[in-house]
Amino acid sequence: MKSKAFALFLKDFRSELRTRYAVNSLAMFIIVAISVILFSIGQEKIPQNLTGGLFWVVIFFSAMSGLARAFVSEEERGTSLTLQLIASPSTVFTGKLLFNLILVFIMNIIIALLYSALFEAFVILNFYLFLVTFILSNIGLAVSSTIIAAIISKAGSKGTLYPVLSFPILLPLILTSVQLTSACMVGTTFGESSINLAVLVCYDVIMLTASYMLFDFIWKD
Amino acid sequence: MSTSQYSTQGDSISKNFGRRVIFKNLSFQFDKNDVYGISGPNGSGKSTLIKIIAGINSPTSGKINHKNNQKEIIPEKLHNYLGFVSPYLVLYEEFSAWENLEQFANIRDVKFNKEKIELLLNDFLLYDRKDDLVKTYSSGMKQRMKFIFALMHSPKLILLDEPTSNLDDEGKNTVYKIVKREAEENIVIIASNEKSDLALCSETIMLEKFKV
Repeated sequence: MKSKAFALFLKDFRSELRTRYAVNSLAMFIIVAISVILFSIGQEKIPQNLTGGLFWVVIFFSAMSGLARAFVSEEERGTSLTLQLIASPSTVFTGKLLFNLILVFIMNIIIALLYSALFEAFVILNFYLFLVTFILSNIGLAVSSTIIAAIISKAGSKGTLYPVLSFPILLPLILTSVQLTSACMVGTTFGESSINLAVLVCYDVIMLTASYMLFDFIWKD
Repeated sequence: MSTSQYSTQGDSISKNFGRRVIFKNLSFQFDKNDVYGISGPNGSGKSTLIKIIAGINSPTSGKINHKNNQKEIIPEKLHNYLGFVSPYLVLYEEFSAWENLEQFANIRDVKFNKEKIELLLNDFLLYDRKDDLVKTYSSGMKQRMKFIFALMHSPKLILLDEPTSNLDDEGKNTVYKIVKREAEENIVIIASNEKSDLALCSETIMLEKFKV
């Protein structure tokens, strides 16, 4: 299944290079969102915890603008049936998840670099804790976005359904990530943040398991 | 007509969309290498039945069994045994015909048999356009391309929903020739209202008989 899923990921990657379905909307959203925050702050100094919160706000909305494309583009182009005829549901989900994982990591690394360069208050004192938080949150974000995208791709009003559905599902992830990022900025140790890290690990495992169990029912009419 | 190592059996299949009954208590068995037909007026459920047989849609009640060499095929593996052509099937328009087929073979994890693909491209008169993007194809060329997609992995069960739509006479003749050739070794099911399509079938399910 691994090689089939990787082949599906490569198909999506090549397709993205040619159509730029997700990359364009993601890039535009990141640029616009960070510019708006910068303009609205102006010369004001904002507290550290607020910077951490805004960092995850940009990530959350960027994810909503681009990650749904994984399944929505297949449904809009009418190629879902073709996928059903060449791959099993688990292969399709793994391939799409791989694509969204790569996209989330690239997107969030760019956001993190831009934040570090543009916001003076965004200073990470415990880098390793931030790195672990970043990796676990990105995995959770990719898994949740992929399964939500699969659900909404079958619905009529895709645009409104995605934020409505993703808000309650992503809320525990975002809240925990904001708390951990704030902790990283004041130099909290791993031991002091262990409960929040455990919450992130549990979130990732639960979402991944539930997604693989549900996807078969979502994928077939 | 020889006994096939592959068989498809439908047992009391019913399909409703909401309160609307499409067909009820439909049973069938396809176990010989031959061409079978599904016919009925518009809205009688020809495409729905084809999708149910392909495992894309679920029946409201009843069960479909696919067997290869007497062993039941699990739904996860069913796509490897199926070839499917329909007007609502769409290939990736941002890729060329060759790229589409190569990627399909990789995703199926089967060998990309260049000789067979070249033969099929020649049969369906697409060899000279194999490197052009699918979005530049006419509707007839896209329809012929779907046949190559359906046959490239040597399926045991070939499902053809309105196989000659968008095709000119030359295209139709090519399709009929290939359907006859495939039916010597595999099961072919055609869903259509075209008399010339149904003339190839040894048995035909008339769906209007199963509507309540």
